[in-house]
Amino acid sequence: MHDDKRIDPETGTETTGHSWDGIEELNTPLPRWWLWTFYATIVWGVGYTILFPAWPMVSGATTGLLGYSTRAEVAADIARVEQSNAALTDSLTTIDLDALERNEELHRFAVQAGRSVFAANCSQCHGAGAAGVAISGYPNLLDDDWLWGGTLEDIAYTVRHGIRNEEDWDSRYSEMPAFDWMETGELAATADFVRSLSGLDHDAQAAARGADLFADNCSACHGESGLGDREVGAPNLADAIWLRGGTQEDIIQQMIAPRHGVMPPWGQRLGEAEVRAVSAYVHGLGGGENPVADPMSDPESENAADVPDASFPAGATQTPTETGEPPVQPAD
Amino acid sequence: MPTESPALFAARTPIFPRRVSGTFRRLKWAVLIVTLGIYYITPWLRWDRGPNLPDQAVLIDLANRRFYFLWIEIWPHEFYFVAGLLIMAGLGLFLFTSALGRVWCGYTCPQTVWTDLFLTVERWIEGDRNARIRLHDAGWSLRKWRLRLTKWTTWLLISVATGGAWVFYFADAPTLAQNLVTLNAAPVAYATIAILTATTFVFGGFMREQVCIYMCPWPRIQAAMMDPGTLTVGYRDWRGEPRGKGGVKQRHIAAESVGGGAVTAQYGSAVDKDTAAPRLSRNDEILGDCIDCNACVAVCPMGIDIRDGQQMECITCALCIDACDTVMAKIGRPRGLIDYLALDDQPPVRPGQSADVAAFAANPAGQVTGAQRPDWTPKPIWRHIFRPRTIFYTTAWAAIGVGLVVALFIRPQIDMTVAPVRNPTFVTLSDGTIRNTYDVRLRNKHGETRAFDLSVTSDSALSLTLEGDSDTVVDVPADSTWFQRVYVSAPPQAPAAARERSDMRIWVEDVVSGERAYDDTIFNGRESADVRTGNAG
Repeated sequence: MHDDKRIDPETGTETTGHSWDGIEELNTPLPRWWLWTFYATIVWGVGYTILFPAWPMVSGATTGLLGYSTRAEVAADIARVEQSNAALTDSLTTIDLDALERNEELHRFAVQAGRSVFAANCSQCHGAGAAGVAISGYPNLLDDDWLWGGTLEDIAYTVRHGIRNEEDWDSRYSEMPAFDWMETGELAATADFVRSLSGLDHDAQAAARGADLFADNCSACHGESGLGDREVGAPNLADAIWLRGGTQEDIIQQMIAPRHGVMPPWGQRLGEAEVRAVSAYVHGLGGGENPVADPMSDPESENAADVPDASFPAGATQTPTETGEPPVQPAD
Repeated sequence: MPTESPALFAARTPIFPRRVSGTFRRLKWAVLIVTLGIYYITPWLRWDRGPNLPDQAVLIDLANRRFYFLWIEIWPHEFYFVAGLLIMAGLGLFLFTSALGRVWCGYTCPQTVWTDLFLTVERWIEGDRNARIRLHDAGWSLRKWRLRLTKWTTWLLISVATGGAWVFYFADAPTLAQNLVTLNAAPVAYATIAILTATTFVFGGFMREQVCIYMCPWPRIQAAMMDPGTLTVGYRDWRGEPRGKGGVKQRHIAAESVGGGAVTAQYGSAVDKDTAAPRLSRNDEILGDCIDCNACVAVCPMGIDIRDGQQMECITCALCIDACDTVMAKIGRPRGLIDYLALDDQPPVRPGQSADVAAFAANPAGQVTGAQRPDWTPKPIWRHIFRPRTIFYTTAWAAIGVGLVVALFIRPQIDMTVAPVRNPTFVTLSDGTIRNTYDVRLRNKHGETRAFDLSVTSDSALSLTLEGDSDTVVDVPADSTWFQRVYVSAPPQAPAAARERSDMRIWVEDVVSGERAYDDTIFNGRESADVRTGNAG
């Protein structure tokens, strides 16, 4: 074959013998180990597809001789994390909630875990930022206004049993009767009085008439000054926060055809540890209340609304236990 | 036409570089000792930073996301320092390549340095070029086994030391060394050492020049960054050609028949040292300075012939310069037949090529500068180094360097970032107070816990409280970032409560030293009066 060898005169390089329109290809040989490396990658590739999951089949892929699976790896990771958190989870389940904040490590663990629980289970209604959805009546959890109490125990009870659901007999329950029998004028007068409670613009004369109507029809639940009653989940009407809107129309609408939000019970589904974790998270969002230890101001006093912690009767902080009586008898 | 394709793959032709001594070899020894010294010693330098911080002078703490360099500590959010250093490294490469060609490849590239080290070991154990060629060609005798195993073992020890030194940059060196020996170190440390040992052993011992030729992108990139004014290693073909050995007899004949003086004047270089006559070939051709002794080829670690001109394989290690200078000294010719030169400094024509020969003859200098052509003079070396291009690179490089140093010194001692929480922008409280929430990150770079007092200033009455804290003081542990949720509230009647947005400034003050820092942000109030009644609660 040596006779066939053609050397390019310009470069002194042998040609491959390929010629296109008289242009010949120079042969600059690659190193041979390069070729062996290439073969080695093929062997590696074949071995890999035998040992590891690789070939797509009709349902799923071949599992590979080593039985490796990323899902199993994730499951093992999760199991490992749960194992390492087991002690924390246990103490979270059993600790007295009033003492949780004093246990810094456990509290941090609970808040971080609760953040995830909230994102997965609560944010659908209450929003990712926990600000609620005003137009749909999902409460804002960031503020200091709580229909059923804002201590850690109160929040945990609400999460555990939910509100006005039929699955859990211990769920918090209240129902505002419809005042659709009232005259239009009476409705407007009552609404004017309600607006006057928190200093909103109102017709003073109408409000004066509304005061009597309120005392007769509303004060049983909402209290004489409209401060609400957490025992029965009656909203505070004297503050700046309106779940169903605070305009004259909104208030009348709520009186004629009251809307009631429903929250499912999470105790069974999440388990006690996660219920407590998410409660700790919500409690730390800026509106959480502490069990009242300081001297209570008179709940009926005029300036009670300025002191949110004190704006409800002391009895409301008595947290019902899970096995105890429901805090509120169904009002129907 | 051939009936069969020629081989498209070729086995490596082994290279047996000969020992050489001279200026550049000495320079390369110095660079080798300094670079290897820096590499091996750096992790063992200590630097006292106080009780809670590591005392290793240079430490890349990946687990805790810290980079320590002497008195400098870089946190992840200051990664721009690293980016700046990388840009400086890039510009430095531009600078050196445009001025001195592939000087990085020839002197400081780890592949070059370790190959050089491995070659030294090889020469020490198996002998110089000829002995190694003989050993290579010989069969596998006991002696060959002994020499080969000694060499490989030595290489392996160097490789282990190389891989071993690398991991010390990422953990406390004395502790890690102890753990490595007692088999208590992390698996990743052993894996890293194993991989680097393998690559060092294979690349330095067996792959050598093939790494540069087949695997490395720099030869291509650096070649593209050079221009005709760049100094690089080259062969002065106008002076050396035509090359040839030239016999004594011919020399004498030449001296008699041609008349030394005239020819010497004409060609400037090609003269015999004893007779001052030009060297002649057997065909009575007048020869150049190159005696074709192949010394430059024998010493080349890349296995090329520099006389073939510029080529991609050449790493400009300059060993051929040393080899040729030695030979030139022996035959009594000036040094620099192979030398650092710029291509645009070479004469545009060569002796014997054209009518320009006459121009050479007009100058009977007899020197080797090649400056015989009147309209052509070589530029001095410094004008190849100080050119607009290199000055621009130097300026840019220095500007970034100065910028980094300034940035380093004006780094605040208190580091705070404030991120307003936008979901929701504000919250209405029962009494109508408008509250905004901010995520504040406080960084304490000191080695002890510091207490920071947070406060707010604004043209409106705003008050600041901390989540989960009754006062406004935060204790930030040593060398860590503290995440703190901060509430800023405006009473219902305050202007800020009603305005859509108000400027405000969050201050942080070191309670002990009184140092202060601030971050400007925005307070969101009610967008309009009606929002108050529509707020959820």
